[in-house]
Amino acid sequence: MAVTIAKEKWTSQVNELVIGTEPNVVKVGGETTLPFLHFEGQIPNKPVVALEVWDMEPVGWPEVLTSAFAGVLNDPVAWAKKCEEYGADLICLTLMSAHPDNKNSSPAECAATAKAVAEAVKTPLIVVGCGVEAKDAEVIEAVGEALSGKNCLLGCAKLENYKTITATCMVHGHNIIASSPLDINLAKQLNILITEMNLAANRIAIDPLVGALGYGLEYAYSIMERARIGALTGDKMLAMPVICFVGQEAWKSKEAKSTTEEAPDWGDQARRAILWETLTATTFAQAGGAIMVLRHPESMKQFRAHIAKMMEPNVY
Amino acid sequence: MLLIGERINGMFKDIREAILNRDPEPVRYWAKRQFERCAAFLDINTGPTVDAKDQPAVMEWLVKIAQETVDLPCCLDSTNPEAIEAGLAVHKGKALINSTTADQWKMDIYMPMAAKYGAAIIGLAMNEKGVPKSAADRAALAMEIVVNADANGIPMEDLFIDPLVLPCNVGQEHGPEVLEALRQIKMLADPPPKTTMGLSNVSQRCADRHLLNRTFLVMSMAAGLDSAIVDLEDDALLDAVAAANILLNKDIYCDSFTKTFRQR
Repeated sequence: MAVTIAKEKWTSQVNELVIGTEPNVVKVGGETTLPFLHFEGQIPNKPVVALEVWDMEPVGWPEVLTSAFAGVLNDPVAWAKKCEEYGADLICLTLMSAHPDNKNSSPAECAATAKAVAEAVKTPLIVVGCGVEAKDAEVIEAVGEALSGKNCLLGCAKLENYKTITATCMVHGHNIIASSPLDINLAKQLNILITEMNLAANRIAIDPLVGALGYGLEYAYSIMERARIGALTGDKMLAMPVICFVGQEAWKSKEAKSTTEEAPDWGDQARRAILWETLTATTFAQAGGAIMVLRHPESMKQFRAHIAKMMEPNVY
Repeated sequence: MLLIGERINGMFKDIREAILNRDPEPVRYWAKRQFERCAAFLDINTGPTVDAKDQPAVMEWLVKIAQETVDLPCCLDSTNPEAIEAGLAVHKGKALINSTTADQWKMDIYMPMAAKYGAAIIGLAMNEKGVPKSAADRAALAMEIVVNADANGIPMEDLFIDPLVLPCNVGQEHGPEVLEALRQIKMLADPPPKTTMGLSNVSQRCADRHLLNRTFLVMSMAAGLDSAIVDLEDDALLDAVAAANILLNKDIYCDSFTKTFRQR
């Protein structure tokens, strides 16, 4: 007996976000159905990976992670080139040195770093600040100007600083990351506020603030799922592709940080840590995540192997 | 909630005169205006002043002007099948036929017509005997409409059952029956048919019409109402629908919810 495949009829579409300039562009979003349901709608773009680059040498990263970037961690340009060599779709430059607790780098210094990285690689860029809202507004304003016309993805805009960052993106032709702390209502409101400043909705990526596997992953998952169903049923203010800062969360977990000696029962640290990052990312891809910001090139490789299978058409 | 704008109707003086003088401007104005105020469909009614023989040509004219002005489907509102068909023939997209009753001879005209043009259709839960008093009788007539739609291959998502509201000053006892009928209609099929109503009828010749309209609308939404023919000039009504969409968990809350509801 023939099986009737139940298909949901969605009325709307996720916005397509384009990062970078021709011929080096990355497109995300554009889906007309839930993740990987190829039989139900169009999934024109696959989830992509951004590898993280810091503008200062990170402290406390486990050796299994730093070993992948031996010799380049104190040089963002060399680090970015290394990421390009590894084949990252995007490079996520994190201006951590701007943090008052770190080097408190000036906006001009950060802009110079961003410019140097942008000139050294062809890979489209994501540039995010250190997370201190007031400082990020100043830093991203300078970075946006320095990278004018490069169509980068800049962030992270929050309720406290979205005006400056939105204005920068409009004037200098960039896209914006709108961050909200695990709050779908706030995510929607922030998108409204940004679009009310006349930045087009298809130039926004939502950052829902994800947690790693074992650290609240399911909260972000359900928010992403609900937002996506809203988007597909006509909620234009939630129809943005989602960016997930997976690496920073996964590598904070004790499952990733504990060495093989410290936690012998948990098995080899390298394998375990990379699995932690990979599984966090594949889970969020299943919830509709479009851009995964990862740290380890091996996680990127394993994530891509998973996505390649998930992107095989399953048309009934 | 699909809102059907009631304003392009020959019962209104400006539209009547537009029809008589073949002046497209008032029709264009109301098409655009209602588009901007959340209309999902534009109700098009030639009104009583046009002779039956002229109704098809007038319907065709109104539909063409409305659809030239805005990209919205029309709700073709007439008791004259020839006028409905004239509208369907020139209509772009999925039209909504307004309406058939549960009388078999009428359904035999309109259901094949809806199927032929791929249109949606409103079925009134009444027949030649009039509007039923009870919810159960309304649901029984609704079931006959469901069966006829199904027999003609019209999917339930294209069938809108109207349980018929009466003015609350003369038919007060109908209010709760309509609400109960809405609930029962949603149980008639899986997937269920959609529901609609001519909302302003609930407050005919009453005081505080806007208050009665929006109150009954949100009560009906809670009981399963999917669409209504309404006065889109009523801002408080739009706000009430926006709030009900949030409270029924149909739209995702944000602080600007009354504003986002109005965005197209």
